[in-house]
Amino acid sequence: MSAIREDFAEILKLVRPNARVLDIGCEDGELLELLTREKNVDGQGLEISPEGVAACLARGLAVVQGDGDRDLDHFPTRAFDYAILSKTLQQMREPRHVLSELLRIADQAVVSVPNFGHWKVRWALLSRGRMPETGALPEPWWSTPNIHLCTLRDFTTLCDELDLRIDACASLAEGKPARPIDPRQPIENWRAETALFLLSRRAEPQAAAAPPRNLFGEVELPEADAPVKRGRSRKA
Amino acid sequence: MTAQTPITAGIETGGGTWRFPASQPLRLDSGARLAPLEIGYKTYGRLNDAKSNAVLVCHALTGDQHLASTHPVTGKPGWWDRFVGPGLLLDPERYFIICTNVVGGCMGSTGPASTDPATNAPYGLKFPVITIGDMVRAQAMLIEALGIDTLFAAVGGSMGGMQVLQWAADYPEKLFSAVCIAAAARHSAQNIAFHEVGRQAIMADPNWMSGAYLAAGVRPEKGLAVARMAAHITYLSEAALQRKFGRELQRDGLSWGFDADFQVESYLRHQGTSFVDRFDANSYLYITRALDYFDLAATYGGVLAEAFVKARHVKFCVLSFSSDWLYPTPESRDIVRALNGAGCRASFAEIQTDKGHDAFFLDEPLLDQTLRGFLAAQANARGLA
Repeated sequence: MSAIREDFAEILKLVRPNARVLDIGCEDGELLELLTREKNVDGQGLEISPEGVAACLARGLAVVQGDGDRDLDHFPTRAFDYAILSKTLQQMREPRHVLSELLRIADQAVVSVPNFGHWKVRWALLSRGRMPETGALPEPWWSTPNIHLCTLRDFTTLCDELDLRIDACASLAEGKPARPIDPRQPIENWRAETALFLLSRRAEPQAAAAPPRNLFGEVELPEADAPVKRGRSRKA
Repeated sequence: MTAQTPITAGIETGGGTWRFPASQPLRLDSGARLAPLEIGYKTYGRLNDAKSNAVLVCHALTGDQHLASTHPVTGKPGWWDRFVGPGLLLDPERYFIICTNVVGGCMGSTGPASTDPATNAPYGLKFPVITIGDMVRAQAMLIEALGIDTLFAAVGGSMGGMQVLQWAADYPEKLFSAVCIAAAARHSAQNIAFHEVGRQAIMADPNWMSGAYLAAGVRPEKGLAVARMAAHITYLSEAALQRKFGRELQRDGLSWGFDADFQVESYLRHQGTSFVDRFDANSYLYITRALDYFDLAATYGGVLAEAFVKARHVKFCVLSFSSDWLYPTPESRDIVRALNGAGCRASFAEIQTDKGHDAFFLDEPLLDQTLRGFLAAQANARGLA
């Protein structure tokens, strides 16, 4: 029990007993099993690697071989209480879309992201002029799976754009206890190596309300239903 | 009126032919009624006191109830005997395993070769067209007759997997878990096209005699063999065929004629000729038709998820094979998405193999591992030690 990963321990604290949980990128199912054992959750995993899927099945977990970029659209609205996306948002092709999908599928999302504004990252870039390799970002630029890195400030800005509420936030660092933080404090954008967020919607999800019908081409569909264009967040 | 013939050999614990009285007809999707209905079946293991350990295994197009029993015609071991037995995935010590011959089949269940009570001659083409739904309804009748309310699991590959999906749609309350391997929720145009080739081959055989060959004492063996040969290609992958045969010759040198020069030709001819010994040509027509008519979403306004909304308590395991081009992985993904859409808990894995559709009969360690993990977890949840 002492060997629980720090981020898992933090997620375990956030999740309500008996909740319905979707874990995206659940790997070998360690977190889902922990949540099932400790919180009696009704869990569903999504994992891309065949080894991960086999490991989850051996643990008796429900797991679908698939990925967050392609397979979230098929889950019904509010099918889960929590959607968990641990350290993989920056690996998604469409993080903005994934984030809004998480909060369509679930009432709350648990998302952790490495902070590109961390002082070690800034220092590596400033002093050596090379892509940083840190504890949270260990791989060289040519092999990293991280294609959409962001700073804490970038992330909170995106949450505002998507009208998401930050219910809780903790700073995580390898081998150290989690520290609750206010992610909007500029100092945290220097100090936090990885941040774990508990997010929820400010307003009801679009799909829950009856969407305007567009059968005859008279009514324009709302902006939120239009496919997300890449690069929009950069302009904002 | 029901009669059970206990035949016990090997690990079998029962089976034979279950005869339903004429007052209990099988109501068919076409509107017709089939009576009297007979179901050929085998059982392995024993039903526990709580009646909570029954597993129904559904067979594929040309399979039958000889799941883990020596086949009476070919003398070969059961078609899934590597999964059924002490210490294996389906352990008779733990489960009561049932396998039935589908209605329309030719190994003991009522089919086109059975006697039509109206004429006292084989049905032939007077046999009503049947569907996957009819097969499942007949299975449900037998399950009830055996005194079972709920199946611990329905398990099947290919057409068997389609029956499992139909079970989830039609009898969700009788299902605890479901395993669907290398199947699809509907037959594609390509699937139908291959079946049509097979049917035309049978019907082009002069010995088919418009389906009345049994009365004439002949069988359309050539046509059926060609049908089997064409279908068999779809069960294998190109890579598997290449690995197994390549361009290897049967003998030294070419015959400069139309003998089976290539090993692959000889193999296919053998598949064809050995098939006709154990299968009825009209059964092949009827069962392929049932497959072609299969489109689970069609009954639910074209929305597959609607088929599963009453099965939210059922735990699903859906598996596909990466090299299966008969029911390729996207077909299984569609099933999984519909299950997720319906709010069902589902597991899905694509098993990497180059053995094609038939991988489901073959030694595929990842398939074993996956099924073992899933069933063990479900058995645990069901309280089956």
